[in-house]
Amino acid sequence: MENVIEIEHLKKSFGNNQVLKDISLNLAKGENLVILGKSGTGKSVLIKCIVGLIKPDEGKLTALQKNILELNTKELNALRKKIGFLFQSAALYDSMSVKENLEFPLRDLKELKQDEINIKVIEALQNVGLEKAINKMPSELSGGMRKRIGLARTLILNPEIMLYDEPTTGLDPITSKEISSLILEMQKKFNTASIIITHDIECARITANRVIVLNDGTCYAEGTFKELEQSNDEKIKGFFI
Amino acid sequence: MPNTILKYKTIIENVKTNSIYKFFKVFFTEVTLITKFTVNFFKTLFIPPYEFNELIKQCYIVGCKSLPLVGITGFIMGLVLTIQSRPTLAQFGAESWLPAMVGVSIVREIGPVITAIICAGKIGSSIGAELASMKVTEQIDAMEVSGINPFKYIVVTRILATTLMIPLLVIFSDAIALFGSFLAVNIKGDVSFILYFAKVFEKLNFIDLMPSLIKTIFFGFAIGLIGCYKGYNSDKGTQGVGASANSAVVMGSLLVFIIDMIAVQLTSLFTP
Ligand SMILES: Nc1ncnc2c1ncn2[C@@H]1O[C@H](COP(=O)(O)OP(=O)(O)O)[C@@H](O)[C@H]1O
Ligand SMILES: [Mg+2]
Repeated sequence: MENVIEIEHLKKSFGNNQVLKDISLNLAKGENLVILGKSGTGKSVLIKCIVGLIKPDEGKLTALQKNILELNTKELNALRKKIGFLFQSAALYDSMSVKENLEFPLRDLKELKQDEINIKVIEALQNVGLEKAINKMPSELSGGMRKRIGLARTLILNPEIMLYDEPTTGLDPITSKEISSLILEMQKKFNTASIIITHDIECARITANRVIVLNDGTCYAEGTFKELEQSNDEKIKGFFI
Repeated sequence: MPNTILKYKTIIENVKTNSIYKFFKVFFTEVTLITKFTVNFFKTLFIPPYEFNELIKQCYIVGCKSLPLVGITGFIMGLVLTIQSRPTLAQFGAESWLPAMVGVSIVREIGPVITAIICAGKIGSSIGAELASMKVTEQIDAMEVSGINPFKYIVVTRILATTLMIPLLVIFSDAIALFGSFLAVNIKGDVSFILYFAKVFEKLNFIDLMPSLIKTIFFGFAIGLIGCYKGYNSDKGTQGVGASANSAVVMGSLLVFIIDMIAVQLTSLFTP
């Protein structure tokens, strides 16, 4: 199986706070990898390293056969268009309507005409089931809707890799389940490979092909959801209650 | 004598933990960072594609939305300055000089500085708070990961907008202030509109107008730059938003006065 992301011995500290001690992991094409970990173990830092928002101190980082740490700005921006990133807070642009939010990632693609853009926007909204919100402002949306619009905005570029930072945190159980099914649906529809960061066990159960438990800056355990569920290790069991 | 050496050592230690030492350390790091930010602005400015739509939108926000505030303060400034100056001039029997004196002080100094200070408060703080909250809610990161340069889209457009619009706001404010002054002159003694402005422009010439216009360009640049710098580099967390807005106003206003001082020195050097 071909790997779309390869991380080897990644290390990152902020001052005296060593957040990532030694992380190695792979993401195969079309696979959903769930990363479980307590708050503050550096899950967000890890995926921010993958898109080059944070520069790691040491280690090797390859995405789509490109070494992230050696790319210049232009190459990095080109690569970023192939990697979707759903932020914990959805990070919708407050000053723009939903439509403008979705159009924003397309602005560099000059070969697209306005009516093609409109079609893409409507398609993306249909994918997340929110066509009716097209003219709303982000402040008028609920938490779950914001996450979906955020998802639509990242999917509009048809990314080959999706990175989800706690997609269900802060949502009620029913909305969480909807978002989780949506993630699964997107995997089937576009055959994207995804890293899903979460501590919501239901979300992991629905979406995971493989699970990695992060603890104390290292990859503590790895396996399928079923395997880890039956584990007797205290640190792993904690997540599965 | 080891005792004195020890004494000097403790003095040096004290100096290092001293608040003045810390102040200068913070001050010089801040100056370095702002300089880098400015260099970054000029580097990014000329790289296409240019964000014209966003620039126009920002010009509208900076310009049109500040018009009422700037207009009202300008009007009151002209009115009050005239009323206050009249008794003094009357003592010398120089009341006919009132329009010229008020005109020169408004156009040369009071109009630009007061308007810039008000804009540092209104525009600087709103830019600082807006960018800081964009930073806190990861909107700036989101722009970056979608492959778009957030510095160019957010910072460059806003700095350009303030640089272009604040001179226009100052001209507007000057005009309203002169009108206020005309009304104040008319409270006592009857001067026609035409006569009043003839008297004002008799004493105002190119040398008054140009330097004061040029300095407002720098005021605008400084206000936009500081607002953006403070917002873009804000601390995470909601208190970071308030702190950015606050320090954008404080530092922006201070810079306006410093630029004004330099501008006055330069103009008096080059004019007779
Ligand atoms: N930009 C940063 N500067 C300094 N410290 C940071 C930064 N980003 C994250 N950290 C620290 O890294 C640790 C892990 O953060 P994070 O990855 O956000 O945790 P989580 O696993 O909950 O997503 C935290 O202790 C946080 O304080
Ligand atoms: Mg996180």
